[in-house]
Amino acid sequence: MISFTVNGKKVQADVAPDTPLLWVVRDTLGMTGTKFGCGAQLCGACTVHVNGMPVRSCGTKVSDVEGKKVSTIEAVGKTPAGRAIQAAWVQHDVPQCGYCQSGQIMSAVALLESKPHPTDAEIDKAMDGNICRCGTYQRIRAAIHTAAATKTKGA
Amino acid sequence: MSQIKSPSRRAFLKASAAAGGGLVIGVTLPQAFAAAPATTSMPNAWVKIGSDNTVTILSARSEMGQGVYTAMPTLVAEELEVDLHKIKVEIAPAGEVYINALLGGQLTGGSTSVADGYDKLRVAGAQARMMLVSAAAQKWGVDESKCTARNGSVTGPKGAHATYGQLAEAASKLPVPKDPKLKDAKNFRYVGKPVKRLDTAAKVNGTAEFGIDVKLPGMLYASLAQCPVIGGKVVSFDAARAKAMPGVKHVVQITDGVAVVADSWWQARTARDSIDIKWDEGPAKAMSSETVAAGLKAAAAKPGAVFKKQGDVDGAMKGAAKTLEASYEMPFLSHSPMEPMNFTADVKKDSCLLYGPTQFQQMAEGVAAQMLGMKPAQITVKTTFLGGGFGRRIDVDFVAQAIEISKAVGAPVKLVWTREDDMTHDFYRPTSLHQISGGLDAAGKPVAMKFHLTSSSVTARLFPPFVKDGLDPFMLEAAAVPYDIPNQLADSLIYETGLRVGYWRSVSHALNAFANESFIDEMALAAGKDPYEFRRAMLDQKPRLKNVLELAAAKAGWGKPLPPGRFRGIGVMEGYGTSMAQVAEISVSGGKVRVHRVVVAADLGRMVNPNIVRQQIESSVNFGLSAALYGEITLKDGRIEQTNFDKYPVVRMPESPTVEAHLVESTEKPGGIGEPATALISPVVANAVFAATGKRLRKLPLRLA
Ligand code: FES
Ligand code: FES
Repeated sequence: MISFTVNGKKVQADVAPDTPLLWVVRDTLGMTGTKFGCGAQLCGACTVHVNGMPVRSCGTKVSDVEGKKVSTIEAVGKTPAGRAIQAAWVQHDVPQCGYCQSGQIMSAVALLESKPHPTDAEIDKAMDGNICRCGTYQRIRAAIHTAAATKTKGA
Repeated sequence: MSQIKSPSRRAFLKASAAAGGGLVIGVTLPQAFAAAPATTSMPNAWVKIGSDNTVTILSARSEMGQGVYTAMPTLVAEELEVDLHKIKVEIAPAGEVYINALLGGQLTGGSTSVADGYDKLRVAGAQARMMLVSAAAQKWGVDESKCTARNGSVTGPKGAHATYGQLAEAASKLPVPKDPKLKDAKNFRYVGKPVKRLDTAAKVNGTAEFGIDVKLPGMLYASLAQCPVIGGKVVSFDAARAKAMPGVKHVVQITDGVAVVADSWWQARTARDSIDIKWDEGPAKAMSSETVAAGLKAAAAKPGAVFKKQGDVDGAMKGAAKTLEASYEMPFLSHSPMEPMNFTADVKKDSCLLYGPTQFQQMAEGVAAQMLGMKPAQITVKTTFLGGGFGRRIDVDFVAQAIEISKAVGAPVKLVWTREDDMTHDFYRPTSLHQISGGLDAAGKPVAMKFHLTSSSVTARLFPPFVKDGLDPFMLEAAAVPYDIPNQLADSLIYETGLRVGYWRSVSHALNAFANESFIDEMALAAGKDPYEFRRAMLDQKPRLKNVLELAAAKAGWGKPLPPGRFRGIGVMEGYGTSMAQVAEISVSGGKVRVHRVVVAADLGRMVNPNIVRQQIESSVNFGLSAALYGEITLKDGRIEQTNFDKYPVVRMPESPTVEAHLVESTEKPGGIGEPATALISPVVANAVFAATGKRLRKLPLRLA
């Protein structure tokens, strides 16, 4: 039995300890907002935060998050950075198919939390691990800048 | 794909009472393609109005990023007079009439959704509105002309007011008005405006339901081992270890391989690796990229079927002051949408539920009916959001697999492929060989062009009746040039390599545009002309194309100096009823091509939503750029060598260019925009690479080393 918190709630998972966090979140806990894209830490679709840091949940054993705080797309709107990012995503009409967007948003929120006013180069670096096959990159970039601006104003 | 033109296309309307006493306005979908019998029309509802005032508009097209979830309801809502942002949207189910599974019509593809729906959906909206107005007029005993529909209600004389919900039941009993008068475009409230997409909120908070998210009561999860050589069969297998692993409920053999069915997908997926399977890999195991290329080349030695003949090419070539020829080669590509293939099936004794991401509801239904010996009425198809399609989800191999597994274990089953399954068991974009020659007169004016295309036919597999006299109409997309060149001869040859092929975003436009627009640049060089002026001088017969060429050149600053190290390439294409030109600005360093800026000018006729049009242009440029710079599927011992995004790189944020879309205001027929930019970006970048390096790359992906 592995215990950790997800979006502030204590959870216990009775699964093999080497099960990737991704599948525990999706199938055991039934929170399907976090997506499976490659299973090999190559696409970023599965990005969640563990103790505030962005991680690829497909490559994170559930036993590695024992006692830690996991947050997912389902609750990201409760943080100021998450709210600002989601609003900017809507304003710029970022999503197309939408499948990569949970991961994009989790990466973007983590970026804003560590760098409130990222440069284009910092955006490139932080978002390089998130593939979007629909090619929404330029709107993501614009939305991150917008979120950075609004977050400062609102804070 | 381009629009498939069917001689038997026929739409009729029918009204009927919906469950719960609402109004349902139905329109048949285009009849199944020409070869299907007349009984295959498929009544399909567009508007449902509940007595609780909920207005639901159905989209008969699958939402895979291209925006039909917004654009289709926009067309209905415009005439229905409802607030677009208050409606609910549903993706339409498959019809009840059985249709030849390989010739169905409820298909999302070919950038055809708006072109097909532009009038039909507005008519459906108008008819529903007129029936609601009639119901109100009758209720109040006044003339219809005294009643006005607006924002989901009808108002009449002396403050009379009724909501659509209050009128829906009575309205549903009225006859469907014929030939409703549609709004003049200048009165449009939504159509042609950059309305916000209706699916964004669900896609930024994790609630949008994709196929991979489907959950049914009692559902089990499946992972399927397929032969590493596509088409291979199971000889025998030992599942003793897998069966003993935690959570594993069943190990079953199906047509395409061995499936593990477990309580969770991870359990199924890990147990699958412990099964020892002996495969009969079949004849394809001898295939390699080298054998494919050699086969293609050998096949190309034969003449093909002629599809364009104009003037006297041989005479003109003989008389030409200068002639040139070149060959271009295109690789296999995978679709690799972000959501790996998956589907959920629940096969019961006398019914079957299919639930998941498909571009082709009718084919899913048809395959189920055939496999299970059921009538279409026993099969329900529910479509989720698609995590990308790009043509891959026109095929239903994974649907058939889910059906077989669910039937074998007697429970609802969600089959989910790994990324490796997805990349190694695709229906690949065909490889092709293009042999082109051209002649110029003494003034450098093109007088003749000859095209010889050799490639595989997707249509021969999916819609065989459309291949006639050796010609696959989809292979001929953009296969000849739009320029005014007096003598032209073009033929095409179908050659099957042995690797299965599928429609891939922009289909053969992507093959032909690369070859043709690269060659036109080579001709410009031979003529000593500027690539822009050279093209422009040949487009007097094509005013829309000439206009977008001039627009793109002006916006990109063609001919104006660039910062050091930057170079431009240019190109034009017609496709999907859209005229397009692009200018790419690139730099090259250390053998790597970096595309900084892409200026796109497009004339696609009337637009439903310019914001979605821009999204689609940005999207298709990036999709095509992945192919231009990196995309290549190779074979060794019959196996696909690329298994994940490490070996099959795609454009990521740092390599993604700024895309500027310039849209021409137009009252022409609506064209498609989901695909053309994907095809055109490759030659435009290749032309820029030539400008930068003097090297003409005639093969994709573009490699300078
Ligand atoms: S699914 Fe984890 S990085 Fe792709
Ligand atoms: S929006 Fe489709 S993959 Fe990013």
